[in-house]
Amino acid sequence: MSVAEDKLMAERKGKIDERSSMQNAQTALARTMRRRGEESRFWWLIPTLYIIFLMLPIYWLINMSFKTTAEILSTFSLWPVKPTLHNYAVIFTDPSWYSGYINSIIYVVMNTVISVLAALPAAYAFSRYRFLGDKHLFFWLLTNRMAPPAVFVLPFFQLYSAFGLIDTHIAVAIAHCLFNVPLAVWILEGFMSGVPKEIDETAYIDGYSFPRFFVKIFMPLIASGIGVACFFCFMFSWVELLIARTLTTTAAKPIAATMTRTVSASGLDWGVLAAAGVLTIIPGALVIWFVRNYIAKGFALGRV
Amino acid sequence: MDKTWNNKAWFMVLPVLLLVAFSAVIPLMTVVNYSVQDTFGNNQFFWAGTEWYAEMLHSERFHAALLRNLFFSFIILAIEVPLGILIALNMPRKGWGVPVCLVLMSLPLLIPWNVVGTIWQVFGRVDIGLLGRTLSMLGINYNYVQNPLHAWVTVIVMDVWHWTSLVVLLCYAGLVSIPDAFYQAAKIDGASRWAVFRYIQLPKMNRVLLIAVLLRFMDSFMIYTEPFVVTGGGPGNSTTFLSIDLVKMAVGQFDLGPAAAMSIIYFLIILALSWVFYTVMTNYDAER
Repeated sequence: MSVAEDKLMAERKGKIDERSSMQNAQTALARTMRRRGEESRFWWLIPTLYIIFLMLPIYWLINMSFKTTAEILSTFSLWPVKPTLHNYAVIFTDPSWYSGYINSIIYVVMNTVISVLAALPAAYAFSRYRFLGDKHLFFWLLTNRMAPPAVFVLPFFQLYSAFGLIDTHIAVAIAHCLFNVPLAVWILEGFMSGVPKEIDETAYIDGYSFPRFFVKIFMPLIASGIGVACFFCFMFSWVELLIARTLTTTAAKPIAATMTRTVSASGLDWGVLAAAGVLTIIPGALVIWFVRNYIAKGFALGRV
Repeated sequence: MDKTWNNKAWFMVLPVLLLVAFSAVIPLMTVVNYSVQDTFGNNQFFWAGTEWYAEMLHSERFHAALLRNLFFSFIILAIEVPLGILIALNMPRKGWGVPVCLVLMSLPLLIPWNVVGTIWQVFGRVDIGLLGRTLSMLGINYNYVQNPLHAWVTVIVMDVWHWTSLVVLLCYAGLVSIPDAFYQAAKIDGASRWAVFRYIQLPKMNRVLLIAVLLRFMDSFMIYTEPFVVTGGGPGNSTTFLSIDLVKMAVGQFDLGPAAAMSIIYFLIILALSWVFYTVMTNYDAER
């Protein structure tokens, strides 16, 4: 082995050492970085307290749902002394109760499907093309998301009466499009703008027609965006009551409206009321789980 | 992204246009129609011109509801935005804590609004509610049904409970998008915790904070269901916000003319605010 080669090896080794020491320093730095917010060891206290604050009223509702109304009114306890499933049994056996859930689910699903299907091509147009009046149109859509439902209550009732659609699921589903379609367009546009335009162009060069490209290539690329849009349509249709209650009387009455009726009529059956409330929380909790990784991005209308 | 000019894109927007026009334009025209007419029943209408608008704009009742609503929105923003930022800053960034926090915190957002009202109505009751019972045991004479101040506090706490998570989620989304390199640079410069927040985290959260503030403002400005279930607008008129007042007038008293005029004024306020929101957002996009 020549001296020159020896020297070269040593040099190389030195470089490697240097690099690894630099890497070590960097990981150490990164480790301290990771604890940036944790100078006080009690950083977790704030989210924990907040979650406790969020859970207390829900806990109280669940607690009440396992008590009989007599127990609720007579004894004050942090947990059910004689746990009972009676309240849930009432709901699952009485058609006027459980049909409320079925009605809600039907119009919510219809609304979600209509909103997202209509919003997909529109969002693509907004994210890829400029056209006459596009900005005004986008702004007009936005104003509908911001419009107070109270303004629309009376005219909606008259409009849907004129079409003979009062008390049908489709009426509520279309009425909820008022705020869900703009929202879906917004979210989808945000996600679509994140997909580089070159993908479209390459697909066209490869001989894809537009519909085939859209369904086969584009939609899988924004699958998470579609999921988030569905979630938000589901959510806002599920939580809305004012319009849904106005447009329905019996056959399509949503569960939330069934609850308000029972409060006033049947002498306040607190136990059943609590059980019905708990059951309205469950669908929401289930769908959150599926979109938990995208939920924040969705609330930012796809624009983080 | 530079977009190509293509007027055929209108065809793709058409379904949305028709759908929203059906649910928005036709009803809105009905409202405009009512707002310029008077009726004595029997479906006979008379031209009233701007009479209802003049009456509404000078109405004490409308002013009071508007002021109450603005005050409410202001308090809501003053509490929820700082609280949301504080919680988002302290949320875990990795590990099992992340999904747990996200799911539990989003839960109130997914509860039907009148159930939120019911939950708080029950929670605050002195006889059967945890909150009301605890407060009365502490010697506070808490009664949201009769005391206007207590009613306000209840409605505000309820809204904080319901919607702070929205601000948290938005801020969190903004925070996790900050690359680690930013924090490393700050560490090398010896930046304090406050400096990191002020010069790195806050500017990066700018955009999502904007969305949060405006969404919260709009939604609190048209709040209806939750306070209606809890207080019914009372005691007296102390928690009668714009939407509650409007529904009372339109459905309760069937004063179509004034209610329609109020709807239009209400809608114009919202329109102006949406325009500010939209302009700020698009300018922000253009700067990026």
